[in-house]
Amino acid sequence: MSFEFMWAALSPENFLLALGGVVAGTVIGALPGLTATMAIAVLVPFTFSMPTAAALILMGAIYTGAIYGGAYSAILLNTPGTPSAIATTFEGYPMAKRGDGDLAITVACLASVIGGMVGALFLLGLAPPLAEVALEFGPTEYFWLAMFGLTLIASLSEGNTLKGLIGACFGLLIACIGVAEISSDVRFTFGSNVMIGGIETVSALIGLYCVPVLIDLVATPDRHLKVTHETRGFRLGEATSILSRRWVNAVRSSVIGTIVGILPGAGGSIASLVAYSEARRTAPAGNKFGDGDPDGIIASEGANNATVGGGLIPTLVLGIPGTPTDAVILGALLVQGVRTGPNLFTEGGGSIVYTFMAGLFIATALMLPAGLLIGRYAYKSIITIPKALLVPSVAFMCVIGTYAIRNSTSDIAIMVVLGVIGWILNRFGFTPSPIVLGLILSRIAENGFVQGWIIGEATGNPLTGFFARPISFVLILVILLSLFYPMLKPRLVRRLARQEGRS
Amino acid sequence: MRRAARMVMTAAAAAMVAGVGFSTGAVAAYPDQPITYYIPFGPGGESDVTARFQQPFFKQKFGQDFIITYKPGGGGAVGWSQLNKMKGDGYTIMGTNIPHIIIQPEQSQIGYQTDDLVNVYFFHFTPDAIVVKDDSQFKTLKDLVDYAKANPGKVTFGGSGKGSANHLAQIMFDEAAGIKSTYVAFGGTGPSVTALLGGQTMAQWGYTTVPKQFERTRLLAVAMDQRHPGFPDVPTFKELGYEMSGGTYRGIAVPKSASEETRKKLADMIEAINKDPAFIKKMLDGGFAMLDVKYGKSMDDFMAKMKTIYIKAAKEAALVK
Repeated sequence: MSFEFMWAALSPENFLLALGGVVAGTVIGALPGLTATMAIAVLVPFTFSMPTAAALILMGAIYTGAIYGGAYSAILLNTPGTPSAIATTFEGYPMAKRGDGDLAITVACLASVIGGMVGALFLLGLAPPLAEVALEFGPTEYFWLAMFGLTLIASLSEGNTLKGLIGACFGLLIACIGVAEISSDVRFTFGSNVMIGGIETVSALIGLYCVPVLIDLVATPDRHLKVTHETRGFRLGEATSILSRRWVNAVRSSVIGTIVGILPGAGGSIASLVAYSEARRTAPAGNKFGDGDPDGIIASEGANNATVGGGLIPTLVLGIPGTPTDAVILGALLVQGVRTGPNLFTEGGGSIVYTFMAGLFIATALMLPAGLLIGRYAYKSIITIPKALLVPSVAFMCVIGTYAIRNSTSDIAIMVVLGVIGWILNRFGFTPSPIVLGLILSRIAENGFVQGWIIGEATGNPLTGFFARPISFVLILVILLSLFYPMLKPRLVRRLARQEGRS
Repeated sequence: MRRAARMVMTAAAAAMVAGVGFSTGAVAAYPDQPITYYIPFGPGGESDVTARFQQPFFKQKFGQDFIITYKPGGGGAVGWSQLNKMKGDGYTIMGTNIPHIIIQPEQSQIGYQTDDLVNVYFFHFTPDAIVVKDDSQFKTLKDLVDYAKANPGKVTFGGSGKGSANHLAQIMFDEAAGIKSTYVAFGGTGPSVTALLGGQTMAQWGYTTVPKQFERTRLLAVAMDQRHPGFPDVPTFKELGYEMSGGTYRGIAVPKSASEETRKKLADMIEAINKDPAFIKKMLDGGFAMLDVKYGKSMDDFMAKMKTIYIKAAKEAALVK
């Protein structure tokens, strides 16, 4: 294989497209409600007149940037800018609260670059064999994957599992509103057209996470984020040393992100949640998980940026989009007349796709300087803007972002109502994360269960499909481990302590 | 400003029509600004892709852009239930799909009726087809039918949605062939192909577009009157003795308040794109099949025929009351 494609990707135009794409993507991702999918969909008509490779590089760069940009609002406003950044709020916002927002953003940037690189490496080197993973996951596997996701509630709501479970059930229920995806039943709409479209995940995210923060900002006289020090630059040194100590976590999370990214039914939000819970489970004693541990940010951001490369694997090899954003990229390829398939990866047919992958590497690398600079600017603005300006502008963005997702005014009403509900629930100790987890996983679990059951009934015994397939079996084991680990953990810790006391 | 200018021009033109009874130039200025083209689904599906195909041709022929905007939700119902509340000035159009717009209002109170929608043109369809994995045990349609007869209920067909074109095709074919198969609904064509390639389902009710987009798939038969030019070796159901011809039909509708003039002009423009050989080639290469049903009597006849066919099939399958 020659490296000509590397030079093609480095041509001045392509380089500028990658840079512009990353910057634009980061800003779009940072604004709640504006997603990579939307940005790329708007861009598609402009790519008609571009060479295919250049168009792909631009789209890839925006995609990468947007997934990273979601971390800003997650860290600074407790609102995931994109669904992929949900897990970033868990540790990122507490860090920002105590005055370490700048450090959190730099850690997120470094982790995103690592994740993006790992994902792109897998795409470059192992795409055709890895695409098979997408096919091994059938309905029953997705059902168990969703069940595994639900067990994360145990670790997310440590100390108050009951409230976590109640929150998750609420999420599972509101996900049922609207026209069911596979059975086409109209559920819980109470005859109203407002509810036919159901609850859109992003508007729910904005409502449940952002609105309570805004209400609290207005209700309390405190500053939004504590500022303990003069701005100390990027705090790059500190961030680098955290990452070099926690490199195992960074790599593990990136690999998790790549694999989950390959699964067409999952996506960045699930990838980052799984990586987060793994990081939390394996964290050394004395960790600060729950109160702002940078490890959580590394896990979440490493994983979600790895889904970019991971999701492109089934997209380019099989024509099956790994994520919704990939679906738009695939549509653009179709219009351009590019036929996806394994022959894209063989020499001869491969020049476009390799130029694209090289462009993806370049874009990921450019994310480091671009991300740090934009991040610093974002942090400075958030801490210096007076509250009287901050609250209305964030509220404005929330409304615009919610509308933009589906061009729907009903979604704005739903967002506001959920926001008020979220704020009230917060007062009683219910956190938004289990609700959102329930909302996202409900559809995956329902579809997987119904499809798995119908197929099982047609071919014999439905239960064999659920329990006797190798991946299902492994997932069940992981679920059991994840469920009982929080109960075993105190005992293990005690035993360790005793052993240490003896020696 | 522009809008005001247009109103003046339209008024002037209308006065001219009234006075002279001469209709050319009546809406000469239309379109003089971009047209918002709503897709009532998310991006990446067949509705989106074909709108994207039209986009450059419209720009080239009429000098204006199509701004493609997504309004997904409720399997299209969210968009369709809002269409007639939008402005009927000819600058708002929306994609429509058959059988969706026929089946949905029959199934439940979904915010619109089939006859509320003003379709100005149906420009293509994706013919139903049985898709299998390239190394499937079913080499021909006969293999599949024989297997299904020997093993009632065991053949699993994946497809996109319940009460959809795929589902109705499965119901109609089961009846035509005297077999009993199992239909498994997925959230779209993509997920149902994934299940097919992964071996979770044995076959798929899909479209002729599937092998053009996805690897490792082949067709057993297509529901067209003649073979698809992109698949000269794949027989039609009719050749094999089954009366099956149809698929998902995609058109463009305008809000009810749009004038007769606008409706006709828009239909003319879509027709001009549909007659362009370069556009036809793009569509056929993608596995789509062309269709020309234009606003007016032919549209009314077409809708009446489609309603009869699909409501009958849906009633037989107890999908609607």
